Amino acid sequence: MSKISLNNLSHSYLVQQNNDLDWALKDIDLEWSDGGAYALLGPSGCGKTTLLNIISGLLKPTKGEVYFDDKKITHLSSVERNIAQIFQFPVIYDTMTVFDNLAFPLRNRGISEDKIQPRVKEIAEMLDLSETLYNRASGLTADGKQKISLGRGLVRSDVNVIMFDEPLTVIDPHLKWILKSKLKELHQEINRTMIYVTHDQTEALTFADQVVVMHEGQLVQKGTPVELFEKPKHTFVGHFIGSPGMNLLPCELMNGKVNFSGAKIEMEKKISSHKTYSKTQIGIRPEFVSFSNSGIAVKILKVNNAGRHKIIDIECDGGKLKMISSVTATTPSGTAYVKFNSKYTYVYGDDWIVEE
Amino acid sequence: MNKYKWLVPTIYIIFLMLPIYWLLNMSFKTTTEIINTYSLWPQKFTLENYVTIFTDSTWYTGYLNSIYYVVINTIISVSAALPAAYAFSRYKFLGDKHLFFWLLTNRMAPPAVFALPFFQFYSSINLFDTHVAVALSHCLFNIPLAVWILEGFISAVPKELDETAYVDGYSFWRFFFRIFIPTITAGIGITMFFCFMFSWVELLLAKTLTAVAAKPIAATMTRTVSTSGYELGLLAAAGSLTIVPGAIVIYFVRNYIAKGFALGRV
Amino acid sequence: MKKTLNQKAWFFVLPVFVLVAFNAAIPLMTVINYSFQETFGNNIFFWEGTRWFKQILQSDRFHGALGRQFFFTFLILIIQIPLGIAIALSMPKEGVGVSVCLVLMSMPLLIPWNVVGAMWNIFALPEIGFLGHSLNALGIDYNYTQQPFAAWFTTILMDVWHWTSLVVLLAYAGLCAIPDAYYQAAKIDGASRWSIFRHIELPKMKKVLTIAILLRFMDSFMIYTEPFVLTGGGPGNATTFLSIDLVKMALGQFDLGPAAAMSLIYFFIVLLICWVFYNLMMRNEDQS
Repeated sequence: MSKISLNNLSHSYLVQQNNDLDWALKDIDLEWSDGGAYALLGPSGCGKTTLLNIISGLLKPTKGEVYFDDKKITHLSSVERNIAQIFQFPVIYDTMTVFDNLAFPLRNRGISEDKIQPRVKEIAEMLDLSETLYNRASGLTADGKQKISLGRGLVRSDVNVIMFDEPLTVIDPHLKWILKSKLKELHQEINRTMIYVTHDQTEALTFADQVVVMHEGQLVQKGTPVELFEKPKHTFVGHFIGSPGMNLLPCELMNGKVNFSGAKIEMEKKISSHKTYSKTQIGIRPEFVSFSNSGIAVKILKVNNAGRHKIIDIECDGGKLKMISSVTATTPSGTAYVKFNSKYTYVYGDDWIVEE
Repeated sequence: MNKYKWLVPTIYIIFLMLPIYWLLNMSFKTTTEIINTYSLWPQKFTLENYVTIFTDSTWYTGYLNSIYYVVINTIISVSAALPAAYAFSRYKFLGDKHLFFWLLTNRMAPPAVFALPFFQFYSSINLFDTHVAVALSHCLFNIPLAVWILEGFISAVPKELDETAYVDGYSFWRFFFRIFIPTITAGIGITMFFCFMFSWVELLLAKTLTAVAAKPIAATMTRTVSTSGYELGLLAAAGSLTIVPGAIVIYFVRNYIAKGFALGRV
Repeated sequence: MKKTLNQKAWFFVLPVFVLVAFNAAIPLMTVINYSFQETFGNNIFFWEGTRWFKQILQSDRFHGALGRQFFFTFLILIIQIPLGIAIALSMPKEGVGVSVCLVLMSMPLLIPWNVVGAMWNIFALPEIGFLGHSLNALGIDYNYTQQPFAAWFTTILMDVWHWTSLVVLLAYAGLCAIPDAYYQAAKIDGASRWSIFRHIELPKMKKVLTIAILLRFMDSFMIYTEPFVLTGGGPGNATTFLSIDLVKMALGQFDLGPAAAMSLIYFFIVLLICWVFYNLMMRNEDQS
């Protein structure tokens, strides 16, 4: 188990970099403590696989350092770092049995057979692979094969951190759920640092204690799932997390006062900074918009019944919004007034949250 | 060990280039020099062998004949194979698996077995000594190969493309030519390459089915050896020239070889 | 892919069927016809039954050619397949070196087979050929026109020169298709280079290798032009393989009956071995 620290990490796949776009990762600073379950969340191409491969040693970063427990390991090979990585599609050795697949990393490290036997059986038990232990690995289903990949990582007792690169991509939807729960269960059992890379927010939010959101090579926010939901620090987090995502509409910020749709918006914390931005937006999640007797005038466009709740499309002078209300509440028709819950209303200047 | 990995392909390529170099070497020498002196490069560089070939019609027509029937064969083979490969990929029909296997067996047929029958057969339908005869006879092994390769590439294109086109209102042939074929250009390129290759290099049938009018360059070359003794310089020049079409084709297809091999059936 | 049942597909297949049947069925029928009959010319035939088949199957000449053929094909496969794989493993996977390698390696494949034979004929001559001259200069008494061993050596070397690139190209294609993740996982598992070859590369290349072995078996078993131009089948009949013997009999001596019978036996052997291979290949595909 290890504490992982990333210092000023930047990486480019090109030999020469001329502008921002040439960098796959820009100035990442991150610290993950021992034994936690972490997720790296972001859309395709945001740099999460690059980051993962730098941590696992498959890629050497252009700039910056990686530390395991304060020891600099930036230039150590994957084998020397004692990590395990599970890839998007199952990587197994087709010609070997399940048992031999799991034993492979141990045999390569010269561990004696009598130590290997019980260890492999123990891991197989944990992963529900005991029945198929002596079958040929190529005969298993996709989720079985991914379990073998996982098993090869777990079977080594000296593993510092286990990394998952979108491991459920090829798994059938109904099996995804089972495997997800298994991973969470495993983490609680063996208590090792696990880093889970995905573009699926449900996977990230259910698996991880802490989620790191990435966007265009940058670390945008790090926090618990609740923190990310309630207080997005970047418009990307607001829009990417939550379904539907946060409402983001242009507003005016002057002298600490926020104007939107002709009305002054009350914020919980006063904004004292006088910085100017080229783009200011107000952000409020649909869950925190509610009908009231006064406030912002809106026109009701459409009511969608989503089963658990209703999603209502409304429009005001400032733009179109979505709001969520319970199925049982009555929805006014035609025009109405809405108010924003000031605790969860935020202003974003140039995509970053404006605080103080 | 990894540092010296590049030695292996390098040594292999040198081994491959040696006989070719030797042939070129001799093509620029006179036959007398070849027989009397042994040297690694021409002592008296001469172009007279090549001049002979380009001016003597018995020589250059040999090349033209060969190119002519190879092109005909490639066009016939690929055109016939395209719809067939499409059918094998997309449809199930009575006897489809057996038909496919039967096609492959023709690639396995020893040409020697067919030499005599072809000779008699093509003579009997008055196609002896024509380019068409050679082109048609090469279909025996080129068409199965073309179908086999194209089927692999066609199967890699998802059926959804066809279905979308029908939904969009395309008639079958319009879909086939305007939408489908552009998606498999790499595959068609590879197939044409292989058909060209196997037809250009095949000799037994080409020689058996021709006499004068459609005589391929290979037959002309053997003439050099038998009648006037060993005109080695001329022979070497003729041989060197036969390498040129192949080299040109490879050069144009080089990108497809790398890409297509990785993608398709092979 | 889900195939739709459509009997009209036969129209698509018709051109191919006609062209191939035209070239295959008709000649084959002629051959079958001849194999059971005797002729003294003028298109007069006498029924001979299975006499030709018995004659061929019992003839020393046929046994000789068949034995030589099997030995030749065996040597070819044993040299070219491992060699081709080894070269493919050492080729770069990206960069400008890739096209250079592929283009240069493909060249022997595109040379007309008689030119290949002629090229080696001259290349190996003791007096004026680079190979012949060099070997003799090193003190080895080498003359392929007179020594059976030298003739075999030269023929095999020529075929290796000619066809190994096909194995290289196929093996290379198979290697390129292996996703990077396998190599990465093996690195993390601490696998040795040999282990990677044995457990990842070789299994994943199984399909292309089967094709390579099949093609090389067929083509070497049917070889005619190159050895014919190189040695003419000699010295004596030291390098007379099956096809060479057959053509000698059919077009040289015009012994139509025996030649036809031999053709059928020949074809049958090739088909049998290919059928076995084909089934092995299909069985592997079903398994994975």
